[in-house]
Amino acid sequence: MSERRATLRRLSCSNGASHCSRLLEGTAASRERRKRKGLSAVRREEAGSMAAVVLSEPEKLYIVHGVQEDLRVDGRGCEDYRCAEVETDVVSNTSGSARVKLGNTDILVGVKAEMGTPKIEKPDEGYLEFCVDCSANATPEFEGRGGEELGTEITSTFYTVFSSENSVDLKSLCINPREHCWVLYVDVLLLVCGGNLFDAISIAVKAALFNTRIPKVRVLEDEEGSKEIELSDDPYDCIRLNVENVPLIVTLSKIGYRHVVDATLEEEACSLASLLVSVTSKGALTSIKKVGRGSLDPESIFEMMETGKKVGKALHVALQKILDEEESLGTSRQKVGFLG
Amino acid sequence: MAAVTMRLPVPRKPAVVNAPRGPEKHLVAPGDTITTDTGYMRGHGTYVEDDKLIASVAGVVERVNKLICVRALNTRYNGEVGDVVVGRITEVQQKRWKVETYSRLDSVLLLSSINLPGGELRRRSIEDELAMRDCLQEGDLISAEVQSVFTDGALSLHTRSLKYGKLSQGVLIQVSPSLVKRQKTHFHDLPCGASVILGNNGYIWIYPTSEQRDEETGGFITNLEPVSMSDREVISRVRNCIVALVTHKLMLFDTSILYCYEASLPHQVQKLVVVTLFCAVGGNGKASSVAEVRW
Repeated sequence: MSERRATLRRLSCSNGASHCSRLLEGTAASRERRKRKGLSAVRREEAGSMAAVVLSEPEKLYIVHGVQEDLRVDGRGCEDYRCAEVETDVVSNTSGSARVKLGNTDILVGVKAEMGTPKIEKPDEGYLEFCVDCSANATPEFEGRGGEELGTEITSTFYTVFSSENSVDLKSLCINPREHCWVLYVDVLLLVCGGNLFDAISIAVKAALFNTRIPKVRVLEDEEGSKEIELSDDPYDCIRLNVENVPLIVTLSKIGYRHVVDATLEEEACSLASLLVSVTSKGALTSIKKVGRGSLDPESIFEMMETGKKVGKALHVALQKILDEEESLGTSRQKVGFLG
Repeated sequence: MAAVTMRLPVPRKPAVVNAPRGPEKHLVAPGDTITTDTGYMRGHGTYVEDDKLIASVAGVVERVNKLICVRALNTRYNGEVGDVVVGRITEVQQKRWKVETYSRLDSVLLLSSINLPGGELRRRSIEDELAMRDCLQEGDLISAEVQSVFTDGALSLHTRSLKYGKLSQGVLIQVSPSLVKRQKTHFHDLPCGASVILGNNGYIWIYPTSEQRDEETGGFITNLEPVSMSDREVISRVRNCIVALVTHKLMLFDTSILYCYEASLPHQVQKLVVVTLFCAVGGNGKASSVAEVRW
């Protein structure tokens, strides 16, 4: 028991204030707060950077009681995901792309492979650069610079998740040690916010990396010693990335006394705190992050981690199956894209 | 046991409903020429270019004598007097509340347009004004009727009947206002065990049927007791049925929801969320039964 506590103290939980969690505190207390601060100030404080819905107290009560009994509003259990639609190769001028629709949430990821110089501390490896853009299409709050805070939070989360050495084989991205390497620019575009952004983005990132085709290059040395890089003429001659160890993020939201996976916007409004757990296909955790204003009991953190591992493994299996199925269809696959 | 389902996207097929239709409607998209006859006056949704009348929105062409206008189908709610709406309180102001009803402007609910708890009839005083937040707060859901429309298009609501008022536990779904059929009554007690309010503004409220039908409290006392499991299942199933009908762009009224519910009974509640089953329910179960309903 004491060693579990020690482990928890060592784990750094960063409290991101991104989720709008309207606390199920007594209505009197919230009313007092509102009367003192005035409405617009409270709304700004509570809105945070995520598009959130406002719910009435009885609606929240209905959701919380439903979660206690393992029957959510749309009939799912606490550990069930909404049906996800995955399609790869939707953007033609990228090295790899994927579009994921998880319920209402719509994410588009494009991966571009460009030549760059390796980092000084890792001269024989390539690297990944993430960029998340919250489009104003998702919600009017993201207009202009409104979506920047959420975008930077998601970007930093993904850097942490992919910081583990085995996630992507970076050594395969090296062309010339210390001089040339492949840099994968992973651009994420949020089209519609329907709850559970992190999971949907991680599924899309893994699908896009699976779909990425990096052209094969040869390094030719001249007599003077200057190196030339030659791209192969065949457009289909490319290397694929090994995405076996790419982790997927599972968000577990604490509602009442239980936790749910894949929360909708309404459920996120009822949740006090959430745990973001990134799991590889073998069930290993690469990172943990706590978000939300509420607190989590150490026992429930361990329960949530176990659920996260179980659900994460199921997620990997389902995603790999659908990616293999899409791959096997080959050129006969009917591309749906955005206008289908 | 965790259930994760993923699928590949399926291209949308145009819906084929073998139901008797009314007279053919003239559907236009933005940029389509409606007519080249210069004798017509242009109404909403049209503009004139090069002596041609062109549509600026996607919708149905309506002609009244010499006036041509295009009524858009995918649009915000345009209120009419007498419509039943479900709205959410966004602001509490002096002597009135601002209600969000998916229209272009927030609707207004005046303090004088609500029933006082206890059913008293008197002039609203300063104490009533100060106690407004005890009655309706930000975030509360109400059902109301449109009393009048201001010149700028904002709606004035009232809850002066005992069937309107604050809504307690249940589920809210937001659909396009054009999908809600205009009927004599919008409050339905479905025989399957749930009750539904089909707001004209596209807000559908599903709630458990309360046993005390004659309890006329004026709707400001909320019931916070936990809802039973059987009621929850019925509500989840009705919710998924409504989402299925909306995905297939079928009109929402009590009979269509009921037929969809009955067609969905052989399947498990959570599986209804999977779109492939939508097609089965929407295709077989619905098309035949919709044909039996008079439009």
